[in-house]
Amino acid sequence: MDTIKDILFYYTQNGSYVWEQFYRHFLMSAYGVLFAAIVAIPLGILIARYHKLSAWVISLANIIQTIPALAMLAVLMLVMGLGTDTVVFSLFLYSLLPIIKNTYTGIRNVDHALLESGKAMGMTKFQVLRMVEIPLAMSVIMAGLRTALVITIGIATIGTFIGAGGLGDIILRGTNVTDGTAIILAGAIPTALMAVIADFVMGWLERKLSPNKKRKGALKKNIEEQAA
Amino acid sequence: MLKFEHVSKVYKGGKRAVNDLNLEIEKGEFICFIGPSGCGKTTTMKMINRLIEPTEGSIFINGKNIMERDPVQLRREIGYVIQQIGLFPHMTIQENISLVLKLLKWPEAKRRERARELLKLVDLTPDYLEKYPHELSGGQQQRIGVLRALAADQPLILMDEPFGALDPITRDSLQEEFKKLQRKLDKTIVFVTHDMDEAIKLADRIVIMRDGQIVQCDTPDDILRNPANEFVEEFIGKDRLVQARPNIQTVEQIMNPKPVTITPEHSLSEAIQLMKQCRVDSLLVVDEKKVLTGFIDVEMIDQKRKKANLVKDIVETEIFTVEKDTLVRDTVRKILKRGMKYVPVVDHNHHLVGIVTRASLVDIVYDSIWGEVETDEISKIG
Repeated sequence: MDTIKDILFYYTQNGSYVWEQFYRHFLMSAYGVLFAAIVAIPLGILIARYHKLSAWVISLANIIQTIPALAMLAVLMLVMGLGTDTVVFSLFLYSLLPIIKNTYTGIRNVDHALLESGKAMGMTKFQVLRMVEIPLAMSVIMAGLRTALVITIGIATIGTFIGAGGLGDIILRGTNVTDGTAIILAGAIPTALMAVIADFVMGWLERKLSPNKKRKGALKKNIEEQAA
Repeated sequence: MLKFEHVSKVYKGGKRAVNDLNLEIEKGEFICFIGPSGCGKTTTMKMINRLIEPTEGSIFINGKNIMERDPVQLRREIGYVIQQIGLFPHMTIQENISLVLKLLKWPEAKRRERARELLKLVDLTPDYLEKYPHELSGGQQQRIGVLRALAADQPLILMDEPFGALDPITRDSLQEEFKKLQRKLDKTIVFVTHDMDEAIKLADRIVIMRDGQIVQCDTPDDILRNPANEFVEEFIGKDRLVQARPNIQTVEQIMNPKPVTITPEHSLSEAIQLMKQCRVDSLLVVDEKKVLTGFIDVEMIDQKRKKANLVKDIVETEIFTVEKDTLVRDTVRKILKRGMKYVPVVDHNHHLVGIVTRASLVDIVYDSIWGEVETDEISKIG
C-alpha cells in the first residue's frame, strides 16, 4: 500500500516532469518507427517484386535485430555521439525487420488471380500496386508497424544511458536511490501503459484497414441512407 | 475481327506451347478453345491481350497488329473473365464493375449509372452495388465478374474457364444466361474450357487443340458428326457421339442384319421348329430372291394348322416396312406409336436386309445412357 501511495505522491510532485518524459519517450519511438516505415515499406515492396533480393535484405534485418539494445546504443554512440538522435536511429534500425517482413509478406500474399485480373483490365504496374496490392496488404503492413512500435517503446527506455531522456530516466533514477521501488514503478508503469495503448490503437487501425471487414461501415451507411 | 497468323509461343527451355497457329474469328462469334491441359489453349487466349507475348507470328484485331499497340490501352478494350473470378475484395460491387471505366477516366456519376444499368442485365437489384464481393454467392460473384468485362462495352471478351469453379446447377444457369446475353449484345467471345458439354452448349465454333496445334475447328454439330480423327473422337467421348447418333443414324446402322426368315414353300411344322430353334414368335417370309412377301407368327399357325400345310397358305402379306436409309429417329417413333414388335428393313427393291426390333431400341437407349456399343448382341424377333 505504501508503494502505491509513494507512486501517487511522486506523480503529484513531478506530474509535469513525468508527462514531459512520457511525451519525449513516445516521440522517440514514433519517429523511429516513422523513419523506418519510410524506408522499410518501399523496400518491402521492392523485395516482393524482385524476390531474389528478399533473402539478403531480410537476413540483414534479422542480424540487426539480434544485436543487444545496449550494445547497439553504445556502438552508435561512438559514431553519432550522445543524445536523442542516436536513440531514434537505433529505434529506426530495430523497426526495420518487422516492417520489411510484413510488407513483403503482405504484398506476396495478394491473390495472384487479383493481380492478373487487374493487369488484364488494363492497369499499369503502378496502378496495380496502388489500387490492388497496397490496399490488400495494408492490414498486414499495419501489423508490422504495430509490432515495431511496441518493440521501440520498450527499447527507448535504454536511451537514458546516452542522455536521451524519456521514461527511462525515471526508472534509472529509481535504481540509483535506496528504496527506489516507487520511483522505478513510476517510470515503468507509464512505459507499459504506452506500449499497451499503442498496441491497442494500432490493432484497431489494422482491423479498420483490413479489406474484408468493411461490412460494418457499409451497413451503417445503408441505415443512414434509409433513415434519411 | 480477330486473326492469328502463324502464331507460336516458345517458353524458356524450348517448350512450344503454341505451334504455328492460324485462325480467323468473325465479329459476334462465340469461339471455344478446348483441349487437354497443357494443349496451349489458355496461352493462345492470353496472347490476345498480351498477358503472354507471342514468340513468332502476329495477331490482328480489326486489322491492327496488337504488337504495335500499347498493351495497357489494348487490355482496356478487351474484356477478361477468369475462373477464380478475381473481384477485388476491398472494393464494393459498384467499384468492381466500373473499375475499367475508372481507368478510362469516366466521371463518377456516369460510372455509377453504368454499373446500375449493367446490374439489370443479370437480374440483380441495385442494392448489390454497395455490397462487398464476399457477401455474394459464387454464382453472383461470377455474374459480377462477367459484368465487369462488359462495362466499357468492349467488343471482344476473353474468358478463361469462367464457370469452372461453380457448382453444376449454378454453372448451367449461368451458361444459359450468358449465352442469351451474348446474343443480345453481339460480342465476340473467346472462351477457354475443358468441359465439352459447355463448349457444345455455348460455342458457335469449337477449336479443339492438342500440343499447341489446332486439331479441328468446326461448329459443334460438325464436330460431333465428323470428328477429324481418333483424338477428337476420344476427346468428345463415346457417350456424346452415341447421343449425337440417334438423330443422324440410319436404320441400316442399328438393324439386325440377320432376321429369321422362311420361304413360302416350307411346311408349317418346319416353321414351328425354326421358331423354337431361334426363340422367336414370328418369321419373315421371303422368296428365293430375298424379296419380302409377308410374315407368319405363332398365333396364325396355331389357328390354321389344321387347314393348311405350307407357309404360303397362311402368310400375311399386309406388312409395314421401312427402307434401310430412313432415320432411326423416325422409325423409333413409328414403332412406339403403332405398338409394333418389330419392323422389317428393306432396300429400294423390297429385298429384306434386316430387322429392327424392340430389343434394338433397348440397345439405343442403353448406348445413350451407358455408352456401350454391343450391336452384335441384338436379339432375334420378339
